[in-house]
Amino acid sequence: MLESYLRDKLQKKDILIMTHIVLGYPSLEDSFKIIETMVKAGVDLIEMQVPFSEPIADGPVILRANQQALKGGATVQGCFDLAEKVTRAFDIPFLIMSYFNIPYKYGTTRFVSNMATRNLRGAIIPDLPPEEGQEYLKVMQTLHLAPILIFSPTTPIERMKYLATFARGFIYCIARKGVTGETTTFSEELGSYLSQCRKATSLPLALGFGIKEKADIDFLKGKAEIAVIGTQTIRIMEKKGIASVENFIRSLL
Amino acid sequence: MINRGYYGEFGGAFIPEILFSTIEELVEAFQDARNDPTFWKEYTDIMSTFSCRPTPLTFAENLTKHFGGARIYIKREDLNHTGAHKVNNVMGQGLLVKRMGKSRVIAETGAGQHGVATATMAAKFGFRCTIYMGEVDVARQRPNVFWMERLGAEVIPVRDGTRILKDAINEAFRDWVTNMDDTHYVLGTACGPHPFPEMVSYFQSIIGKEAREQIFEREGKLPARVYACVGGGSNALGIFSGFFDDPVQLIGVEAGGKGLDTSRHAARLALNDSSIGVAHGYRTYFLQDEDGQMKETHSVAAGLDYVGVSPILASLRQKGRVRFEAITDKEVLEAFSLTVKMEGLVPALESAHAFAQAFKELPDISGDDMILINLSGRGDKDIFIVADAFADPKWQGFIQKKAEDYSA
Repeated sequence: MLESYLRDKLQKKDILIMTHIVLGYPSLEDSFKIIETMVKAGVDLIEMQVPFSEPIADGPVILRANQQALKGGATVQGCFDLAEKVTRAFDIPFLIMSYFNIPYKYGTTRFVSNMATRNLRGAIIPDLPPEEGQEYLKVMQTLHLAPILIFSPTTPIERMKYLATFARGFIYCIARKGVTGETTTFSEELGSYLSQCRKATSLPLALGFGIKEKADIDFLKGKAEIAVIGTQTIRIMEKKGIASVENFIRSLL
Repeated sequence: MINRGYYGEFGGAFIPEILFSTIEELVEAFQDARNDPTFWKEYTDIMSTFSCRPTPLTFAENLTKHFGGARIYIKREDLNHTGAHKVNNVMGQGLLVKRMGKSRVIAETGAGQHGVATATMAAKFGFRCTIYMGEVDVARQRPNVFWMERLGAEVIPVRDGTRILKDAINEAFRDWVTNMDDTHYVLGTACGPHPFPEMVSYFQSIIGKEAREQIFEREGKLPARVYACVGGGSNALGIFSGFFDDPVQLIGVEAGGKGLDTSRHAARLALNDSSIGVAHGYRTYFLQDEDGQMKETHSVAAGLDYVGVSPILASLRQKGRVRFEAITDKEVLEAFSLTVKMEGLVPALESAHAFAQAFKELPDISGDDMILINLSGRGDKDIFIVADAFADPKWQGFIQKKAEDYSA
């Protein structure tokens, strides 16, 4: 179970780090190298985005990474093959992130079964509210995979509680309105939003959108269990190359 | 949300969680408005004083003689303010924005018609306005960009993705998830998450209501067939909805582009090139590859050039209530020329698809019957596109001269 893995880890650490990667950007081979670098640097779990042509919740950096990956020939099958390779090679949990059309077109049940046989531990599908995702949620539950649901600052507490009934593993709390990669203010307001999230669920909380540096992560200690680093690693890789991702992640710990 | 807006297996609301409350607020505002007996009157009042409603029904006497069969009637949505049916939806949503107390509107636009209509509405109601338009479309539709900017809207060229309509939709959603507190997204067609398909069709139903009354008054009976072009599907649903309960054949005409045996078309319901998927917040037929990545589409008429299609139309096809056909770019230009020369009407190239299909079918229709074609928009303001489509040498000479004047 993903949650018990996280709880164990939290015995030893104040806060865990989840990184994000767009599979196939810049290439599937590079994706493997980036993941290897991230694991070496000490990240606790990784979400691997299967690229989609219409990523509506993503900002320009991840959006372009999606496009470049598709241009470079990334396919769903290619992503699954890579996923199998990394789950064999590295001993941390890996999650899939994608928009719903990807599993839907593949066949939702077949997609989830493929995740299970490749030892993936859960999935984040930002455009699939539980009202639309009954088949997905059911098969995720049957195969003991964690559907990661999302809280946002505009989510009413009753809705958070409703979402929590379907969620497993942890809750992904988005730090602010907007899309990935924009600046987030790490303020008291964010703190009170997280304590609101806490009231709605007993699952660990992950906070994502706009985390760039150690100060942001220090701010989150005691308020959330997982800090999500998304866009920033892509920016670092684009600027300074894959190897520099390791130093960047180490600088956060 | 109690009603998630399903039409058979199509529709729904596949939205990021952050939009949940915003969509809920919109659903409520729309339901309140619809249940308010004064709202439809407020809507028709503004449409009759600000636009040109009811739009006339024109008997196409010369085309009727030319084909020598069924009498041809034309519903004149081209006579609306801003030149197309788009304003019906936009003004309706504008009234809802006022009810919700929001102060800013955003919209996607492909060819620019919906952008111009939205910018016009925003000017009239005093809303701030941002229009997202693919960079490719900005380059080929400068006249519409010019008018949007004159009307006070900010036009943002979308440089990501394929840089056309679908990418403008994604970008509008990205704005909306950031600014929903004061901003309403005026989606331009009967697509997207619930309640947009239902809401846009509701406002466009004014076309069908008028047309049914007008044709019955004139002929004492209903047409045998009704034709409308289908991009997202809003003008088609508008006119079709007047005849759903009648023994009237409804024909939706899609863009066949460079030909149905090529991949350069936008026929989602007329062919079997599409498959069911989920994108832009709803489930419908999309032109997509095996992995679910959206494909590029093509039409001479930018307004028909879209990968998805209204979930309501997808369901009506499944039920067999609406038949879908596709017309190629070449056939469109022939129908356009014939209509201009014989009737003195200038259809938009989008609308000319409906004319082309109707002309094709006329030999099979009894001379005692009549048909109705929706002229969804006027073509004269698309002069750059139409002149290019005909490769008019005198026009090209004029533009070259203009360019010389500017660089002098």
